[in-house]
Amino acid sequence: MKLPKNHILPDNDAPIIEIKNLYKSFGKDNHVLKGLSFFVKKGENLVVLGKSGSGKSIAIKCLVGLMQADNGTINVFGKDIAKLDETGLNEIRLRIGFLFQNGALYDSMSVRENLSFPLMRHSSSLNPIEVDKAVIDILTSVGLTEAIDKMPSELSGGMKKRVGLARTLILKPEILLYDEPTTGLDTITSREISELILSIQQKYKTTSIIITHDMACAKQTSDRIVILKDGIVNAEGTYDALENSHDEWVRSFFI
Amino acid sequence: MVIYLKSIFTDAGNLILFTTRFFREIVKPLFETHEFIKQCYVIGYKSLPLVAVTGFIMGLVLTLQSRPTLSKFGAESWLPGMVALSLIREIAPVITALICAGKVSSGIGAELGSMKVTEQIDAMEVSAINPFKYLVVTRILAATLMIPILVVFADAIGILGGYVGFNIHSDVNMVRYNAQVFESLDFIDIFPATIKTFFFGFSIGLIGCYKGFTASNGTESVGKAANSAVVLASLIIFIIDMLAVQITDLFF
Repeated sequence: MKLPKNHILPDNDAPIIEIKNLYKSFGKDNHVLKGLSFFVKKGENLVVLGKSGSGKSIAIKCLVGLMQADNGTINVFGKDIAKLDETGLNEIRLRIGFLFQNGALYDSMSVRENLSFPLMRHSSSLNPIEVDKAVIDILTSVGLTEAIDKMPSELSGGMKKRVGLARTLILKPEILLYDEPTTGLDTITSREISELILSIQQKYKTTSIIITHDMACAKQTSDRIVILKDGIVNAEGTYDALENSHDEWVRSFFI
Repeated sequence: MVIYLKSIFTDAGNLILFTTRFFREIVKPLFETHEFIKQCYVIGYKSLPLVAVTGFIMGLVLTLQSRPTLSKFGAESWLPGMVALSLIREIAPVITALICAGKVSSGIGAELGSMKVTEQIDAMEVSAINPFKYLVVTRILAATLMIPILVVFADAIGILGGYVGFNIHSDVNMVRYNAQVFESLDFIDIFPATIKTFFFGFSIGLIGCYKGFTASNGTESVGKAANSAVVLASLIIFIIDMLAVQITDLFF
């Protein structure tokens, strides 16, 4: 079932995420980001496209402080990430969910423990029954209640991503970052994940950045798309606009 | 050669920074009690069978190898005391630490390396959970506490092995054997030897965590982390042992 997109963005909305002139290099010669700038408005689904190595994942890792940018600013909720101390950064991180490419589930913990672990850390007032209820609720929303006592090694790729998504959602984030959410999945599962991304956005009113190579996912989930080339934004627009772009390189993504 | 030396000094510098961070994080509030107890169980309890077997063999073999030499001098009755002294002062601490370097340090290196490669450590960090405190501090503390306990256990089992070895060619009962053992032991035989095992435990935990936590991306680095953790931890155990013997010699 394809869910309708019902979030129309007023133009005067201030960006909730704003990246300006971001530079990141590895070693002397490997310059990945060369002045990357883009913004995301509240409630918007921004899809980031680009060839492998164009710096898409690096950009969102800088956004949550997993990497330090060499230069440039990243403002999230009006705060410059680079200027925050550990406590300030953790406060921002609690408002951001990050879905890793392979789910990044904790191998030594069951699905239940994977989900309850961050919740018990940050909601110490909850008793074990309330934590368990929250875990079951969130697993229901991603359609995986039957896997609650399974270990990550017993889950398929799609299930791992769903559990990973549930783990990020359990802290009720306002922003969700998806790092290639459909990579390595079959067409049907990819479509299910894309539908899940949309349904989550509508249910939890989240703002999302979705990094993907999957054009079906981009079409299904995007409000706006930016395409990265050589460490900067090369093209920006809606899916339909970019699909009909005059630029042959931009159009090559949509073939 | 210059590049090789540079990488050694860089690694040493990073290890010092890692150690400094450990001491900084240890005093910060929110102690990970549950994870610490779990690691004590994994490092301590799960190593007991291995330490017991090696401890028993150490005592047995040491007794059997020393008997002919002592017999030549008619000093066979010194055998229980000599074996106990050798075990407690040197052999049990070093051999147990080396076995734990192989089992514990490589295990921690591989576990954390794998977590790093599969982005589990990153996932912890973006959930505003301090992975250093949760994964590193607990493991280093557990190793620091458990290795001395394992060494004391190896001492006891080694003395038991010595008793079995002694009775292959003689007939001494347990009470007499133990009396001979404890007659030859003094406070200074036990105290310095036990103190150094805390340093052994600390370095086993530290090196395993350092190698795993700083593993680069890629599955190959997991194997490298485990392997280099064993090599470096073993080397550091010998260095600590040498220093401990020198210091003991100065003060006792």
